[in-house]
Amino acid sequence: MLWKLSASEIAKAVRKGELSPKDVLESFYHRFLQTEEKVKAYITPLYEEALKEAERLKPSENMPLAGVPVAIKDNINVKGYPTTCASKILQGYVSPYDATVIERLRRAGALLVGKANMDEFAMGSSTEYSAFFKTKNPWDLERVPGGSSGGSAVAVAVRSAPLSLGSDTGGSIRQPASFCGVIGLKPTYGRVSRYGLVAFASSLDQIGPFANRTEDIALIMEVISGYDPRDSTSAKKEVPSFTEEMKKGIKGLRVGVVKEFMQGGLEEGVKTALENFLKELEKEGCIIEEVSLPHSEYAIACYYIIAPSEASSNLARYDGVRYGYRTGDYADLFELYSKTRDEGFGPEVKRRILIGTFALSAGYYDAYYLKAMKVRRLIAQDFEKAFEKVDVIATPTTPTTAFRFGEKTTDPIAMYLSDIFTVSVNLAGLPGISIPIGFSNGLPVGGQLIGKAFDEASLLRFSYWWEEVSRFYERVPMEEL
Amino acid sequence: MKVEKVAHLARLKLTEEEKEKLTEQLDRILRFVEKLQEINTEGIEPYTPHFEETPMREDIPEKDFDPALVLSQAPHAEGSFFVVPRVVEY
Repeated sequence: MLWKLSASEIAKAVRKGELSPKDVLESFYHRFLQTEEKVKAYITPLYEEALKEAERLKPSENMPLAGVPVAIKDNINVKGYPTTCASKILQGYVSPYDATVIERLRRAGALLVGKANMDEFAMGSSTEYSAFFKTKNPWDLERVPGGSSGGSAVAVAVRSAPLSLGSDTGGSIRQPASFCGVIGLKPTYGRVSRYGLVAFASSLDQIGPFANRTEDIALIMEVISGYDPRDSTSAKKEVPSFTEEMKKGIKGLRVGVVKEFMQGGLEEGVKTALENFLKELEKEGCIIEEVSLPHSEYAIACYYIIAPSEASSNLARYDGVRYGYRTGDYADLFELYSKTRDEGFGPEVKRRILIGTFALSAGYYDAYYLKAMKVRRLIAQDFEKAFEKVDVIATPTTPTTAFRFGEKTTDPIAMYLSDIFTVSVNLAGLPGISIPIGFSNGLPVGGQLIGKAFDEASLLRFSYWWEEVSRFYERVPMEEL
Repeated sequence: MKVEKVAHLARLKLTEEEKEKLTEQLDRILRFVEKLQEINTEGIEPYTPHFEETPMREDIPEKDFDPALVLSQAPHAEGSFFVVPRVVEY
């Protein structure tokens, strides 16, 4: 049962020659074949291709991820394979290049096992907006896995890969991590290069990992982080040794609890899990302090102006001319564009393009976009103030556990509200992690820890300490098949 | 918000059914984001990311993609061109 090993255990054994990359891959392939029909995590599985890579791999000391299978969200370019963004509009597109994160993974000895399902162009919180099929939550197949990185979260939850990459614009890593009972990290804006990530909202998007073990998150973060001249927003910041930092313990660290987040609207089981978690932190020697984020109630409204505005601009490139889908029948260039886009985009993407186009249009820019960017500063300042008092902030990741299919697709705003605790972190450009903190009616509950800019290390310290206390990583959904 | 006008700007040809549904949905979303008008933002500068600099690089030509590879992605290409309907009257 090699598929139960962590990425760090695999890499160590492969480097020492105790495990062959091929044996590792075959085990995960087997697990994929057992689970995939039920959960449908992948748009393009690449296990056969990865097997060939495994046979060719020459493990060496400088390969931190030697022989480690990694699943990739299908909005990250992997050379030679389709990048669909779970949209019809990218039909026929084959990536002509590797994203920077993919280059770095390859160099580190990782094996890419597939492109994972998602909400179309990462717009959604349930993976129901994939143009192809729905991914299912392995803890209850009648419920959503969360989104938009639903496929990446499920791949790691069922162990068809020990590690995966997702992207997070308003909660798209942390929310599915929470629903699927795995760890998901959204790094600080600028920490990980976005070169090769299909742009949704450029000032908010960030690539980050999923795993069951903190050490695996630390390991892959050491590989994918760092300055990249091909991404003008990537930060020239030194990358700490996350695998060392995470072991430092949490005694004496100050943890902020957000006054506004604990009032109303929280599912009982979520509230109880967070309270228990905070009690454990206190027992371990953390100092719990109340903090206030007075503008957080405006975060969703602010986000739903800024993200669609940037999306409407970024998605203008899908015009049926250079790549992807083109409508079959058109009289002129205008109709070529407008029919291609109407047929190629799904309903949520169209809603956001229209909202964004409106918010940026002549006469409305100041009232919407500019106003939202001012409120965004106020939201960021709230965090700055809170971080004068505390080292990290603890919140639930989501107000509820995983919801049922169809529960929120009829009401766009109800779907947006499932990101209520996560969006402000993107607006402020900060790092946030979701870790499993409990179960409610058999469904995982996630807790979010938010850190200061570029202080992912502190988040990993909490995650590392907690997984040893809770040992939630020992609970595997669909374990016996 | 006039859905038809915005859809034109966004180059989205919507069906009548879509227009009707979207008018209702977009109105609700816009009412929802109206909430921001409650906040006094006088004297507040719009948000900018906390970066010290915009990195500049030397303007040196680099080898990029093979044109044939790029053109092979196009729904319709001929020779070294992307083909679109005629846009110039003559």
